Amino acid sequence: MSFDAVAQQPKLLYLLQGVAAFAAVVSLILLALHRGPVRRRAAALILLAPALLLLTIGLLLPGLRTLALSFTGTGGDTWVGLDNYGWMITDHRALVALRNTLVWVVLVPAASTAVGLLYAAAVARSRFRTFALSLVLMPMAISFVGAGVVWKFVYAYRPAEAGQIGLLNRLVVVFGGEPRQWLVESPWNVLFLIVAMVWTQAGFAAVLLTAAIRAVPPELTEAALLDGASPGQVLRRITLPSIRPTLLVVLLAQAIGTFKAFDIVRTMTGGQFDTGVLAHAMYDQAFRYGETGRGAALAVLLFLLVTPFVAHQLRARRRAG
Amino acid sequence: MRFGARLVLAVITLAATATACGTPQDSGPRSHTTADCAPYADYGKHPGSVVTVYALNRDREADLFEETWADFADCTGIDVQYEGDGEFEAQIQLRVDGGNAPDVAFFPQPGLMERFARAGRLKPASAGVAARAKEGWSADWNGYATVDGTLYGTPLVANVKSFVWYSPTFFRDKGLSVPRTWTELMAVTEKIAASGVKPWCAGIESAEATGWPVTDWIEDVLLRQQGTDVYDQWVAHEIPFDDPRVLQAMDTVGSLLKNDRYANGGFGPARSMASVSFQEAGAPVLSGDCAMHRQASFYADLWPKGTEIGPDKDVYAFLLPGADASSRPVLGGGVFTAAFADRPEVRAFREYLASADFANARMGKGPFVSAHKGVDPANAATPVDRLSIQLLQDPGTQFRFDGSDLMPASVGAGTFWKGAVDWIGGASSLQVADSIERSWPRK
Repeated sequence: MSFDAVAQQPKLLYLLQGVAAFAAVVSLILLALHRGPVRRRAAALILLAPALLLLTIGLLLPGLRTLALSFTGTGGDTWVGLDNYGWMITDHRALVALRNTLVWVVLVPAASTAVGLLYAAAVARSRFRTFALSLVLMPMAISFVGAGVVWKFVYAYRPAEAGQIGLLNRLVVVFGGEPRQWLVESPWNVLFLIVAMVWTQAGFAAVLLTAAIRAVPPELTEAALLDGASPGQVLRRITLPSIRPTLLVVLLAQAIGTFKAFDIVRTMTGGQFDTGVLAHAMYDQAFRYGETGRGAALAVLLFLLVTPFVAHQLRARRRAG
Repeated sequence: MRFGARLVLAVITLAATATACGTPQDSGPRSHTTADCAPYADYGKHPGSVVTVYALNRDREADLFEETWADFADCTGIDVQYEGDGEFEAQIQLRVDGGNAPDVAFFPQPGLMERFARAGRLKPASAGVAARAKEGWSADWNGYATVDGTLYGTPLVANVKSFVWYSPTFFRDKGLSVPRTWTELMAVTEKIAASGVKPWCAGIESAEATGWPVTDWIEDVLLRQQGTDVYDQWVAHEIPFDDPRVLQAMDTVGSLLKNDRYANGGFGPARSMASVSFQEAGAPVLSGDCAMHRQASFYADLWPKGTEIGPDKDVYAFLLPGADASSRPVLGGGVFTAAFADRPEVRAFREYLASADFANARMGKGPFVSAHKGVDPANAATPVDRLSIQLLQDPGTQFRFDGSDLMPASVGAGTFWKGAVDWIGGASSLQVADSIERSWPRK
C-alpha cells in the first residue's frame, strides 16, 4: 500500500498542530517551574496536573459514566434504578458467569503459583536454570487468543470412528476410551479452560519465585540441612516463609489478571456451554445485545470485586517500599 | 545542543514517527475500462464526492460488491469506499457512538437496524429510495426495514433457509424420492434409518453464535405446524416464547435432532452437534454417512471444492416440506442497507442499490440471491440460487423472516442460541423455552 503524503496533508497538519501544542504545554510547565522561587505545593500541583488531567479524562469520567449507565435500560436513555443489578443476581446465565469468575479467580492463581513454585524450587539451584525458565516462560509470549486456539485444538472432538485431531481425545482413544466433548460438558469444561490460562501464567510465577528463592541466604538452608531437616521441611519452614512477600505479590497479580479473563473464553467457547465469565458477559450484553445498562452493571460489579485486591497490592507495596 | 534546539529535534522526530505509523489508505484509482454510462444517467453526477460503506462481507464477497458498483461509481463520479469487517455487529455500535458512523451500512439483521432507527441515528429513506423499494419488493420485505411506519432501508441480499441438502445419487440408490409433504419427510427419514444410515446430520458450533442452526430448525417447524399468524405473534412476543404450540414445534425438531437413531449422521451421537461446526456439518452427505442436512442456500459455498450442485449432480437441495404438497412456507434471512447520512450522493448510491440493475449485475458476478421482483432467475449463478429466486418470486410462497433476527438481540442472538445449545445437550423443551421467556427484555 502506498502512502500518499499529499492526500494526507490535512491529517499531517493536525498531527503537527497536536505535537506543537504538546511541546508548548511541556515547555510552559518547564518554564513556569524554572522561573524564580515557587512554593513547593504549587510546583507539585503543576507537575501533577498533566497526569491528573489524563486520569480524569481516561479513567475517572468513563468510570462515572459507566456507573451512571448501569442505572439505565436498553440503549442507555431511560432510568431503571437498580433493575440491572436485580437482573444480575436473578438471571441464571449472569449467575453462572459470576460463579465461573470466582472459580477462575480461586483456581488460576492457586494453580499457576503452585506449578510455578514447584518448578522454581526444582530449577532454582540448577545449572540449566536459564534454559528451564525460558521453556516455561514461552507460553507467556503467546497471546491469550493464540493460547486459546492452541488449546481448542488440544480439546477438539471427532466421532469415535473418525481420526482424532485433538491431542487429549487422541490419548483417550489410544488408551481405549471413548472420545469426549471436553469443551461442551459443563461444569468440567470450565476447568479445561482454566488449564489453558494456567499454562500461560505459570511461567510468570516460576520466574519471579526462582528469583525470590535464590535470594534466600544459602546459610539458612545449609544450617537447616545440617540440623537434619528433610528437603520438604526446608521448603516448608525456610524457603516458603522467606519468599512470602513475593508469593503474595504473584498470587495477587494473577488474581487481578484473572478477573479480566476474556480472550481465552472468547476464542475457546465464546462463552457457550455455561463457560461465560463476567468480562465476557459484559461484552456480550453491552456490545452484542445492545443492553448497555446490563453491561455497565456487570462492569461495576467487576470493578467492585477487583478493588480489594488492588488495594491490598498497593498497601503491600507501600509497606515494602 | 541548547534546550531549544533539542526540543525542535524531538518534535521533528515525534512527528516523523507518528506520520510513518499513520494508517495508509489505498487511494489509487481502480483500473477500469470505460463503461457505458447511459444506465446510470438517472443517478446524476456527483464528481468528487465520497460515500463510505461498512458491512460484514470481506474478501471475495466484498470484491464482488465493489466490481458490481464500479461502473456506477465511474459514471456518477462517486468514490464508493467499502470497508468489510467480520465484527460488524459489535463494531457498528462503537463506530456510531464514536461519531464515526459510515454513510451506508449493510445490516445483516433487521433487529440490529431497528435499534439504530429507534435511537434516531438512521436517516429515513428518501422519496426516491422509498419509491424504488415499493416498486422492487413485496410489502413483507419492505416491512422488515420499516420502523414505526417509516422506511429506513432497502433489502439488499436475500437467502432462503428452509433447504434440505441431499445427495441425488444416494436417494436414487436407496430408491427414495424427494418428499413433498411433512408426512413423506418422516417416512423417508424412517426408511433411511431402517437401512442403517442416520438420516440427519447437523452441526451447531459457530463460536459465540453456537446454537443458531437449531433456532432455524425450530422456526421452520413452527412456521409449518402453526402457520404464519402464530409465527408472527411468537416473533413479536405477542404470545409467550414458551407457548404450548412452540413447545410442540420444539419437540418435533427434537424427535429428529435429539434422537440417536436419526442423528447425527457421520458424527456419532446426537449430542455431538455441539462440537461440529455448521460449516463442516453437511460433509457426511457426500460420503453417504448422512442423508439430509437442513441448511440455508448459502451452504452451496461451503461444500468441499469440486462438489457439483444440481438435480443430477453430487448434491442438491429441496424445500423443507410443509404440511401438504401445495403449501410452501419459506424461512429466510436478508441483509438491508440503511444510511447514517442523507447527502445527494448517498441517496443516489442507495437508489442504485435498490434497483433491479444492481441485483442482476451482482448475480452475473457470482452466487447471490435478491428478493427484488425485477430479478431474472436466469441470471442466477447456481441452480440453488435459481431455485431460491423462484421460491421468493412465487406468489404461493409464504415467506417469513428468520425470527431470531427479528427478536431483541439479547434473545435472538443471546438466550435463544444459548438455550438451543442446552436443549441439544439434554435440557427439556419446557425448561429451555421457560428460561428464554424469562430472559425477554421488559419494555
